[in-house]
Amino acid sequence: MQEELFVSGRNIPNIDPSLEVWHWPISVYLFLGGLAAGLLFFAALITVLKKDKEYPAAVKFASIVSPLALTLGLIALFYDLTHKIYFWRLYTTVRIESPMSWGAWVLLIITPLSFLWVLSYYTELFPKFKMKFEFLNTFEKFLQKNRMLMAYALLPLSIVLGVYTGILLSAFNARPLWNNAILGPLFLTSGLSTGAATIILLANTAKERHFFSKIDLGLVILELGLIVHMLMGMYAGSEVQLEAMQLLIGGEFTMMFFGFVVILGLIVPAILEFLELRGFKIPVAIPALLILLGGLIFRFVMVEAGQITRYLY
Amino acid sequence: MRYAMVIDTLKCVGCSDCVVACQTENNVPIGYCRDWITETVSGAYPNIELELKSERCNHCENAPCVRCCPTGASHQLDNGIVLVTGDECIGCGACIESCPYDARFQHPEGYVDKCTFCHHRLEKGQLPACVSVCPTKCMYFGDLDNPNSEVSKLLKNRKWKTLAPEAGTKPKVYYLI
Repeated sequence: MQEELFVSGRNIPNIDPSLEVWHWPISVYLFLGGLAAGLLFFAALITVLKKDKEYPAAVKFASIVSPLALTLGLIALFYDLTHKIYFWRLYTTVRIESPMSWGAWVLLIITPLSFLWVLSYYTELFPKFKMKFEFLNTFEKFLQKNRMLMAYALLPLSIVLGVYTGILLSAFNARPLWNNAILGPLFLTSGLSTGAATIILLANTAKERHFFSKIDLGLVILELGLIVHMLMGMYAGSEVQLEAMQLLIGGEFTMMFFGFVVILGLIVPAILEFLELRGFKIPVAIPALLILLGGLIFRFVMVEAGQITRYLY
Repeated sequence: MRYAMVIDTLKCVGCSDCVVACQTENNVPIGYCRDWITETVSGAYPNIELELKSERCNHCENAPCVRCCPTGASHQLDNGIVLVTGDECIGCGACIESCPYDARFQHPEGYVDKCTFCHHRLEKGQLPACVSVCPTKCMYFGDLDNPNSEVSKLLKNRKWKTLAPEAGTKPKVYYLI
């Protein structure tokens, strides 16, 4: 038995008695970043495969969501900084070892690209609202011509964005729950899955809905596999990782994690999507919304629970 | 030159003089501290042991806070001291999340702050404030690269431990046991 306590009155805000430097904006950003990564990835992929006429929701309608998600996410990130006026320091260096530096640079490129992507579809998206200035129309034509180039740039960038939301957490060796290599692929898969769910929500044709239902089903199964991987890895890990795992299995986050993320956010929508594909009459909005909600809760659980796990004290 | 601190847990009485000296010397805002005392009770009655330790930033050789910092505000000097440049820090909290010792905190002005091994005093040839005030003289400070320094000799002759060595950080604050 070992008991450890402070005697010098250490009571630092956000650190003692429990570390909570990262609050809800980080969880919201990780969700929105993953969602935007998924949407942009599918938009780029469909364009590169030259299937954009068959899947208009993926390349056109859903792409309105990605710049909104990125903008909101960036506002959330900025809101959580404590030394806000120095945020530009992110762009005076490139730190290869720091995932946050990677993320900052990728966001600097991908956010304007997501706006340009929507602009290239402006006339098709808003046929009733003519743009006031002629040069904007010329610019839109220019973007339409170079859409393929944008798609090729977005493919790797969106994957880096999706992976980075996970690697960001796993790079912290002081937080045993986060410190595992599977978190990057896991967050990427979850991001792609929430992206596919948004496309399902916005799709007009049954063909596109079913196509993305199939993709989403695959991604959900992959995600469940990765979650099992993560837990197995911690189960075989050191003492601190075992303690971290106990938060999710039999600890205070069990209900949130297994109830809301695994069952309501993954297994139930997977079954509903499967039944819908088999011809049962189920509104696809239900599994799609469950996936989105599950993805959001997943980010909250990981950010909150991770900050409880530590080496000392 | 590789600075290290050696603290004798058998001589420490947990008086917190090092904490107050640090707060005074470094103008640490009220309610915060760069060093602190832990009291660890281990074992089962009647065989229990009490250990008192003065803890702070470990100025790790493999510092995760320096690695994770997105702006380079957290940096390591050639002598091993890990410092934060206030006006390069954006207050993102990445270094705080990456520190196994919870040695860093967000200063009320926004940037991240922590123990500097009293870098400004070392430049003048003085010892860190905490070491210089310790009434039981249980704290030692010096150069690990010099085999004749007090810290090198102590680590050669006494049993010692570091905190959370399993975190892979190679800490430079040693505890004699």
